[in-house]
Amino acid sequence: MSSSDIRPRVRVPRSASVNEVVLLRTLITHPMETGNRVDPDGTVVPRHIINRFTCRFNGEMVLDMEIEPSLSANPFIEFEASVPESGEFAFTWIDDDGSVYEESASISVS
Amino acid sequence: MELKRRTILGSMAAGAAILSAPAVLGQTRPRVVVIGGGSGGATAARYIARDSQGAIDVTLVEPTRMYYTCYFSNLYIGGFWELADMGHSYGTLAARHGINVVHDWAVGVDRDAQTVTLAGGDTLPYDRLVISPGIDFREDSVPGWSVAAQNRMPHAYKAGSQSELLKAQMENMREGGTYCMVAPPNPYRCPPGPYERISMVAHVLSERNPTAKILIVDPKENFSKQGLFEDGWARHYPGMIERVGPDFGADNVSVDPEAMTVSIDGVIEQVDVCNVIPGQKAGRIAELAGITDDSGWAPAVPANMKSRMDDKVYILGDAAAQGDMPKSGFSANSQAKVAANSIRHELTDARLFPARYANTCWSLIGTDDGVKVGASYEATEEKIASVEGFISQVGEDADLRRQTYEESIGWYNGIVADMFS
Repeated sequence: MSSSDIRPRVRVPRSASVNEVVLLRTLITHPMETGNRVDPDGTVVPRHIINRFTCRFNGEMVLDMEIEPSLSANPFIEFEASVPESGEFAFTWIDDDGSVYEESASISVS
Repeated sequence: MELKRRTILGSMAAGAAILSAPAVLGQTRPRVVVIGGGSGGATAARYIARDSQGAIDVTLVEPTRMYYTCYFSNLYIGGFWELADMGHSYGTLAARHGINVVHDWAVGVDRDAQTVTLAGGDTLPYDRLVISPGIDFREDSVPGWSVAAQNRMPHAYKAGSQSELLKAQMENMREGGTYCMVAPPNPYRCPPGPYERISMVAHVLSERNPTAKILIVDPKENFSKQGLFEDGWARHYPGMIERVGPDFGADNVSVDPEAMTVSIDGVIEQVDVCNVIPGQKAGRIAELAGITDDSGWAPAVPANMKSRMDDKVYILGDAAAQGDMPKSGFSANSQAKVAANSIRHELTDARLFPARYANTCWSLIGTDDGVKVGASYEATEEKIASVEGFISQVGEDADLRRQTYEESIGWYNGIVADMFS
């Protein structure tokens, strides 16, 4: 699968009140090959995973997550964050092959 | 002369059947009308006619002359079966069992007068009525989609020309294109059906169009045999299938058939083929007969499959709200035998047996990779309740999976014989 096939999705509430705790959800299409699997010919399928996931809010790190091979294909990551002001959540997924996938979403806080 | 001899022989045979018939209540033969010639209706008509040996006059109303089973139509899409293998005609029901097969639409039921009106204008009186109409689609289930758009965005959830259309669209999709399925909300016909279809589409695309993508937009949190399907998809079609659930807005979906776009809670996806399987309800005639409730389905008495609204009317199969049984051909066939026994008991004093129901749903995930889920059921006051179930397990060996697939073919041959032979 080429990098162009990999598609991140995020779900962020459009609005919230000051310091409200909001639920953030992310989903990315990815095979998450563990490196332990053997194909029908007996060859080990090389490891290919998303090894790191980050979330920043207005540039400030909210979540920095190291990912191991046990996470299943198409990783779904859900977490909560408190929002002090309007701004933008920026999400990144870092691939074993060096690719970085990015997605962002704005939230208006009043 | 030849024709005349046949006519005479025919009427003699019918006369003999009547003479040897069991005790009949009343002067004339009691009349049963069955609306719908699918797994519920065809089985009910055949069992009533066969087991009453002519004592009951059975009329089967079914608009199509050739019936295509919805089950196994996914295997046609996957290239494992021919559509012709799934087509069955009603000739034997008429010739061998003396069923009066009427190819017409039932358009009205007068439950006070105990008559069924046909689109052609005829009226059929009945002593007992069996309604087995299958499903219809809910309007506005998927905003933007309607039956008028079913050529652009096929449902292929009633087998036949829709299955052919969807298969052709999928096979001719541009290289690297996106096949999207908008999956239905519960309850619907054949719970594993959409996901077996995804498996079959992935099977074809992985050979013909390996860079293609499959996107499932699913309003449900989870689905039938999910663990088995997801395991199979990862083994056979890695990286091809993405499923978006209600977590990502799939419970708020609309489509634009002209633009070939799908909106998932406002996020627009451009797709190349779009298989919309809308939300469902009982077939229209059940509603016209006034035996459906606010849910859109027709509540049934668990012990005998009578409508809860009329004890001279039976409701079978997908259209019935009965409790735990899934909406499947196997279930409809099982329910039909219970209803047929109840009807023969009431009309000809045949012995009544306690209701027993069973179901199994097989699905094919890849070549020779079959899985199944099933249960037996009993009637309680409140509902048909599941008593004992079984399901295939992740990690079964290839031999067992092949056996499971072969078992499903055996079942197919069995059920169509039970309906049409």
